Amino acid sequence: MQTHMKQNLWGYLFISPFIIGFLAFTIVPMIASLYFSFTSYNLFNPPEWIGFANYIEMFTSDPRYIQSLKVTFIYVLAGVPLQLVSALFVAMLLNTASRAVGLYRTVYYLPSLIGGSVAVAIMWRNIFGDEGIINLALQGLGLDPVRWFGNPTAALWMLIFLAIWQFGSSMLIFLAGLKSIPQSYYEAASVDGGSYFQKFFHITLPMLSPVILFNTVMQTIGTFMTFVPAYVISKGTGGPLDGTLLYSLYLFKQGFEFFHMGYASAMAWVILVVIAVITSLIFYSSKFWVHYESEGGR
Amino acid sequence: MRPKHIKKIIYHVFVSGLAVLLLYPVFWLIASSFKETGQIFATAGNLIPKPFTFENYAQGWQGMGNYGFDTYIMNTFVYVLLVLLGHLISCSLIAFGFARLKFTGRGIWFAIMIMTLMLPSEVLMIPQYIIFAQLDWLNSLKPLVVPAYFGHPFFIFLLVQFIRTIPRELDEAAIIDGCNTFGIFTKIILPLLVPALATTSIFTFYWTWSNLLGPVLYLNSPGNYTVSMALNMFLSNETVSNWGAMFAMSVVSLIPVFIIFFIFQRYVVEGISTSGLKG
Repeated sequence: MQTHMKQNLWGYLFISPFIIGFLAFTIVPMIASLYFSFTSYNLFNPPEWIGFANYIEMFTSDPRYIQSLKVTFIYVLAGVPLQLVSALFVAMLLNTASRAVGLYRTVYYLPSLIGGSVAVAIMWRNIFGDEGIINLALQGLGLDPVRWFGNPTAALWMLIFLAIWQFGSSMLIFLAGLKSIPQSYYEAASVDGGSYFQKFFHITLPMLSPVILFNTVMQTIGTFMTFVPAYVISKGTGGPLDGTLLYSLYLFKQGFEFFHMGYASAMAWVILVVIAVITSLIFYSSKFWVHYESEGGR
Repeated sequence: MRPKHIKKIIYHVFVSGLAVLLLYPVFWLIASSFKETGQIFATAGNLIPKPFTFENYAQGWQGMGNYGFDTYIMNTFVYVLLVLLGHLISCSLIAFGFARLKFTGRGIWFAIMIMTLMLPSEVLMIPQYIIFAQLDWLNSLKPLVVPAYFGHPFFIFLLVQFIRTIPRELDEAAIIDGCNTFGIFTKIILPLLVPALATTSIFTFYWTWSNLLGPVLYLNSPGNYTVSMALNMFLSNETVSNWGAMFAMSVVSLIPVFIIFFIFQRYVVEGISTSGLKG
């Protein structure tokens, strides 16, 4: 009994920073924001209870809110799959015994490393400018230049391309997964006369499915809350015509430009629920497509 | 030539060609930073600056208003070092607790920790700001730095995974030699944890160095601005005349990131491959 008490004491002593931090910087703010979401609060006057008014306003009388939801869903639905497919493609390309692979891996990872910075956002804004190198390349290919900042759809795609450009960290995780697939599986398939595509769909994809699940979940959560590129590239406006008004940018503007703290808190809760539902759906669907080695009954 | 060699050459041409295409915007940014501002878009298709000039760096380094770019760099280094110290101390203590000590409720707390790993921090932005405002912490580094001393779920998870690979026999030998729990942590685990702490430091550096949202919320006087904020300010005040300086300082802001990456590449690549850290 004595040692049991002592063990508990040591354990809680070591993890106490986490418990204190979790209560102070996560739980208390979450409860506070749930309360604020039912109030009208501008930081200077005391919060005023208004019930569900913020939540009702969002979906009935705030077209910019609906726009930001729409833009964010397009951004996630296009950005995440395209980024993961690029990551898997390059990972398979680099999964060879060549000595140069180490160097290639580094080079392909670099965009991921610097992608979240303001410097890259500035660079992106300028390569997509009217006289930027993207338009030069389009003209070189005989295509019409695009006015990336003149059209909300084009501007959003510019952000999606930036998300895809940063496929490096998912690629490294895929590469580690590919390396752990036993070579003997492929050899056995070759003996049975399996084609390249059969091997891909019957060995690579199933064996990689847990890694695909992990990458999908983490990228989806991260992409939903993208802030820096939209904020920097549109100079804080989310324009043109709210075409790049990603959810966290609109949340930021509601909170810190208009000082609608209550409304912004309600927005945060809605997106939290949306992300939780989508993540649960992905996990639920994984029962049907993720293959775990140990379930084979060894 | 044998077909096998031809296949190999095609492979390398394709893979390195794709890599150059991918990094071309970065080359363009660097090349443009050495061009005269008037030449940047006039000669956008050409990577060689003609004439070659350092003028943009000299001009950008002077910064804006009353503060030079060196002030922003110093501010950012102080911010990064304080967060780094916090992560190293708190995450190693917490990870040791989770990985090595048996106590009632460990499973539940570990599950909570994993859940916070998936909680997007932007969701807490508003209430945290209100709380820090009540504490009178606005316009200081405190809201950005203090939370680092209470652990970070990604790094706790990374360190827990690492500690689990250290043989328990070492702990038992230390107990026989008369070590208490804290002694096992400082004398046995901590020295062996250095590679994982290196990964923690490198990623803390990257994330903190390039963080924009936190500094924008909490640092309001230009004398406290970080590099990211300064660059953003350059962009929002953008006039036709200072692209060159803005590009030059963008390159400067990336230099520490590149240097650390090339020195510690191994830790970065292994950190991501084993724990799924997002770079």
